[in-house]
Amino acid sequence: MSMTPAYRHLTRLAALTALLLVRATSADVLPDDRADLFYSKYSGGGLDITSASVLVRKKFTENFAVEANYFVDKVSGASVDVLSNASVIKDERKQKSGTIEYMHDKTTYSLSYINSTERDYISNTTHASLSQAMFGDLTTLTLGWGRTRDAVGENNGTADKPIIAWLGHAESQSYNVGLSQILTKNLIGGVTLEVITDDGYLANPYRSVRYTDESAKGYSLASQVYPDTRTSTAIQTQAKYYLPWRAAVTGSYRYYHDTWNITGDTYELDYTHPLANIWILEGRLRYYKQGHASFYSDLLPFAGSQNFYARDQDLASAENTTIGAKVTYAFLPDGWKMFKRGTATLDISRINFHYLDFTDIKDYGLPKYQPGAEPLYHFHATVLQIYMSMFF
Amino acid sequence: MRRMRPALIVGALLLSSACSNIQPWVKPYERDRLADPIMSWNRDAISSAYLDHIRETREGSRGATGGAGGGCGCN
Repeated sequence: MSMTPAYRHLTRLAALTALLLVRATSADVLPDDRADLFYSKYSGGGLDITSASVLVRKKFTENFAVEANYFVDKVSGASVDVLSNASVIKDERKQKSGTIEYMHDKTTYSLSYINSTERDYISNTTHASLSQAMFGDLTTLTLGWGRTRDAVGENNGTADKPIIAWLGHAESQSYNVGLSQILTKNLIGGVTLEVITDDGYLANPYRSVRYTDESAKGYSLASQVYPDTRTSTAIQTQAKYYLPWRAAVTGSYRYYHDTWNITGDTYELDYTHPLANIWILEGRLRYYKQGHASFYSDLLPFAGSQNFYARDQDLASAENTTIGAKVTYAFLPDGWKMFKRGTATLDISRINFHYLDFTDIKDYGLPKYQPGAEPLYHFHATVLQIYMSMFF
Repeated sequence: MRRMRPALIVGALLLSSACSNIQPWVKPYERDRLADPIMSWNRDAISSAYLDHIRETREGSRGATGGAGGGCGCN
């Protein structure tokens, strides 16, 4: 069958477009070079955390890229269970990470190193992963392994004159496998499974357990005792659908269980809506619910009544809901000097935390409330993020 | 194990031939919508890692979200 020159031209154009689209949707192309500046503020539950970060990603060849990230958290205040037993805390966390990526044919290899340092906590993580595109780039399989070594300390001094007592070490290993699957012209699905094992000093030294006694408050506080091992399994499924009016909706569910008998369910829904190729609006809802650890107790009947005991609010039965909104503005659509384009983003979230068996002993107690009968604790947190990304 | 060997070989051959016969049911030229940036699983890596870190330090669950860095979150 003969083709007219104009038709041949259109055919070549369609083929070229298809080739570009394949590269854009498969794992056989590394992401663009970019530089990000990030600022955030978390306020809630007695804590204020201000964070800043810079990220640079650079491809040195078409199949080799390097990424570096520096992140600083400044913490002031303390959560309610820390405040029940200690003074207000000021702390700083610095995190440095580097990643190298190498792509060969349909396979991308990635190796990362992360160092996180606080005065009383040092964490070093090595992570390696492999992603393989297959079946005509409809499927991407990712395998990952990570190892983290932590040194855990306690500041027995003040914020200005710290006296750090190093309590022990913890080591964890993570294994994950992920599958991303193009299901239809408009639908992508994904499943991720991750198993994490911990061994070592796993307790939080700043939080305390409480037990009934004859003191004026009707209870006293004591150090927590955790098991020194933990293994967790989490599986997340998610789907993303392209709507007829150029918008996307994402749904996900995660099931979690560990050997401390914590079970968690997380549901998320996200809607993304671009406007005139300049704005991208995004709204999200998240609901999370967990059951308490087997050794968690809000109030022990007497000191040492269990082998392991904790009153850490993170291990209590709890639920939280998040509502969030994000707006991204795209600028420099035609590029400027070395930059191809840029985006600026404002993201704000409101999280409502409700505890189901963790009481507020900071604000309530005798004579109105007997130990264990204090009102349940709840708080709201606001998370603000502002960041700018330049692509080059 | 010796009895299972033929079955394993046949199974592997069937699996490999099945894999090689799978044809992409969404053709490359049909993936323009999937290539739209709004269909990316994770558009902003720093922001996602930051939110994961906040959640992991306030919740008992962890993992299967793409990594959250290190640190204590003790306070």
